Amino acid sequence: MCGYVLHRLCVAIPSLLIASFIVFALPRLIPGDVVQLMLEEQAAGRNLDDLRAQLGLDRPLAIQYVEWLGRVARGDLGESLWTKRPVLGELARRLPVSLELGLLAICFSVAIALPVGILAAVRQDTAADYVARSAAILGLSVPGYWVATLVIVLPAIWWGWSPAPGFVDFRANPWGHLAQFVLPALILGVASAAALMRMTRAMLLEVLRQDYVRTAWSKGLRERAVVLRHGMANAIIPVVTILGLHVAQLFGGTVIFETIFGLPGMGLFLFDAISQRDYPVIQGANLLIVAVVVATNLLVDLLYAVVDPRIRY
Amino acid sequence: MRVSAAAVGRFCRRKPLGAAGGLIVVGLVLLALFADRIAPYDFDETIAGARMRPPSARFWMGTDNLGRDVWTRVVFGARVSMTVGFGAVLLGTALATVIGVTSGYVAGGYDTVVQRIVDAWQSFPFLIIVLSLMAVLGPGRLNVILALGVAGAAGASRVIRSATVAVIGNPYVEGARALGCGHLRILARHVLPNVAAPIIILATIGLGSAILAESALSFLGFGVPPPYPSWGGMLSGSGRSYMYQAPWMALWPGAAISLAVYGFNMLGDALRDVLDPRLRGTTGGPIR
Repeated sequence: MCGYVLHRLCVAIPSLLIASFIVFALPRLIPGDVVQLMLEEQAAGRNLDDLRAQLGLDRPLAIQYVEWLGRVARGDLGESLWTKRPVLGELARRLPVSLELGLLAICFSVAIALPVGILAAVRQDTAADYVARSAAILGLSVPGYWVATLVIVLPAIWWGWSPAPGFVDFRANPWGHLAQFVLPALILGVASAAALMRMTRAMLLEVLRQDYVRTAWSKGLRERAVVLRHGMANAIIPVVTILGLHVAQLFGGTVIFETIFGLPGMGLFLFDAISQRDYPVIQGANLLIVAVVVATNLLVDLLYAVVDPRIRY
Repeated sequence: MRVSAAAVGRFCRRKPLGAAGGLIVVGLVLLALFADRIAPYDFDETIAGARMRPPSARFWMGTDNLGRDVWTRVVFGARVSMTVGFGAVLLGTALATVIGVTSGYVAGGYDTVVQRIVDAWQSFPFLIIVLSLMAVLGPGRLNVILALGVAGAAGASRVIRSATVAVIGNPYVEGARALGCGHLRILARHVLPNVAAPIIILATIGLGSAILAESALSFLGFGVPPPYPSWGGMLSGSGRSYMYQAPWMALWPGAAISLAVYGFNMLGDALRDVLDPRLRGTTGGPIR
């Protein structure tokens, strides 16, 4: 197992290096000079070249990249160009918010997708299957940000109820803290559940046509045993893969949902940084997201051995 | 690939939900093509004394805060969604096909390098990489197509590469090689036609995702700039600000996005069932 993890980490190094270069280079391609923008907005009264030299933006790109990579290796992601706060500290403060939103969304997603997907596969081409598939495609089709807007506005119009403004800290009010995540996580989870349900249905349909499932039916086993023990146990791996891929997409979703619900997570932080051309924040946030995605992929691979005893590393 | 009327009829009978999706897609394409003739007003025409009017016989979907007809803007918005959807998918599929087919066919060092780049590209969440690309390119319809096409190509190329690897292992490819066919001829005559099914499925399903992504970009202010109407753009800014007084301003564009994506997803789903041979055949029920 340890050997496999080491091998996977070694294989991931070239991809991580390429990703780190994309992370580093992309914000620098954004049109407009951040230094000019800072001088205009903050009325710093210094000259452009001085500020550029102070920020290290006057050196060649390759040198900036190598220096940045060296600092990243030492755990230094730099300071925000605007707030002057250390990026690592800001990310450490905001990551738990995004993780909480993402994990809750995954819980909702799995709780909806697996039972509905199994039902749709077992009752293929019946009314239940058509309703489940149509609902899943509807879940994939309706924009989450639209549902979120409606969920905020319509109850306010009809019943005068709206979600509490401001972020509630866990230590101050644990229930209030959890409650503020329920709506965005549920909306985010429903879209994710739709894809997961489709994959569950498709994989289970394929497995249910295998000879060993036919044998299980012939032995007179009950439907629950055939579907769950023989069918689902063999259909779960692609479902786990899709779930792993969804972690990355959920990070994308947090950008929109944190903006709408005012949750101070990574998504909102990154969105503000892109709008303000705050290089160190864009780089730091993207790098952390890439690291989380790579770690999730590794975790998913290790999870295969847990759900399928035939796989050994 | 020829599609006969009989085949379309058979598809409609076997896959009624897919046929309904196809009908929605055709309707939206017609709406986009003939927006000038269908819409009663110009997309940025302000109607005097008709500010934030609720839906009525004159204004089917009401009017917005500037007195513009929402139905007109929804009709013109279909143009943005359709051009961005088809454009991004066309670009993304072309890129993915070139990357996937060459990577699977050439193999060796080239495959390793290309796959590591694809790995790196796929480590970024889709919306985040698209947002970053849009920040570089700036707002605009063509830039949205470019960003969505490039961002979507990596994932699709993986599927096409897998299909290519499976196809080149077949005896007919070996036979073609033994007969002295060149690489280009093998790719064009033997590999591409046999990986066409996953490409068509990916493209059809990708259309819905592209429309959804375009609307999300416009919602965040990185998509098609005003005053040209895009469904996502209509949901942000004034659509959200005035939602308490005029909820129809955000209700209809959202419904239009949902309907369009629903149509493409339904069609894609049905096409996959028809074109993927693994999903054909007997059902998985108990032996009776």
